[in-house]
Amino acid sequence: MSLRFDSGLPEGLAGSAHRGMSRTYHSLFVDVVTKAMVPMIQVFAFYVIFHGHYSPGGGFQGGVMLAASIMLLRLAMGQEESFRRFPPDWGMLLAAGGTLLFAVLGVLPMVFGGNFLDYEYIPFLGAEAATRRYWGILLAEVFIGFLVWGALVAIYDALSGGGE
Amino acid sequence: MRIISISLLLLLGGVLAYASGDLPSRGDPQAPASVHVSPHYIENSLVEMETPNMVTAVLADYRAFDTFGEAVVVFTAALSCLLILIRRRREEEGDEGREGRA
Repeated sequence: MSLRFDSGLPEGLAGSAHRGMSRTYHSLFVDVVTKAMVPMIQVFAFYVIFHGHYSPGGGFQGGVMLAASIMLLRLAMGQEESFRRFPPDWGMLLAAGGTLLFAVLGVLPMVFGGNFLDYEYIPFLGAEAATRRYWGILLAEVFIGFLVWGALVAIYDALSGGGE
Repeated sequence: MRIISISLLLLLGGVLAYASGDLPSRGDPQAPASVHVSPHYIENSLVEMETPNMVTAVLADYRAFDTFGEAVVVFTAALSCLLILIRRRREEEGDEGREGRA
């Protein structure tokens, strides 16, 4: 199941590098710091996504931070525990879902007579055109965030040999 | 062969250096790039989409099509990484079955 790094050395000499990134660090400090940091990283990532209208940030940046929090889980807890918290299937699901929803957000205005991704024409996003555009931007950022989150976790899982 | 490529590179560099003299100076408000759509973005983004952050307004609304392309590129990159890596691992496991681990 795990990706093998072929060092060319005999089994004993290759040592712990053999199991690659699926190795767990059994350290109390790493465990405690990870458990404290991951929720904070994720809250800040969602802040970055949802505050993209007012400050630097947005879907791409927040999505990278969410993926980084999952990678921290993977590194610190090992595969069994972190797969229970974030199953490896979710990566590609999130990425595909984010892309699909973004595409739907683009096609919706066309249904109501506008151009592709012209949020102004989505009637249920608000009363005024500016408000509709505001919510359209927010939705787009959220979908981009999910897409980047899932894509990076999927790549990480594929590299570390867990995503099967 | 090496001399040809180096002289071609030098020639290209010379042409670029010569052409860079005609570029507008940095931050020039009269530069062609600054008089096309930028004034519209700067003047109207807050009114048109209630978004104080101009970068976000350009990224996710005025140039949303571009951003959609970027998103698809990221998705495609993840998908191809996944397919290539999983396929390589299968091939490695296949080799293992035939001749054991090297």
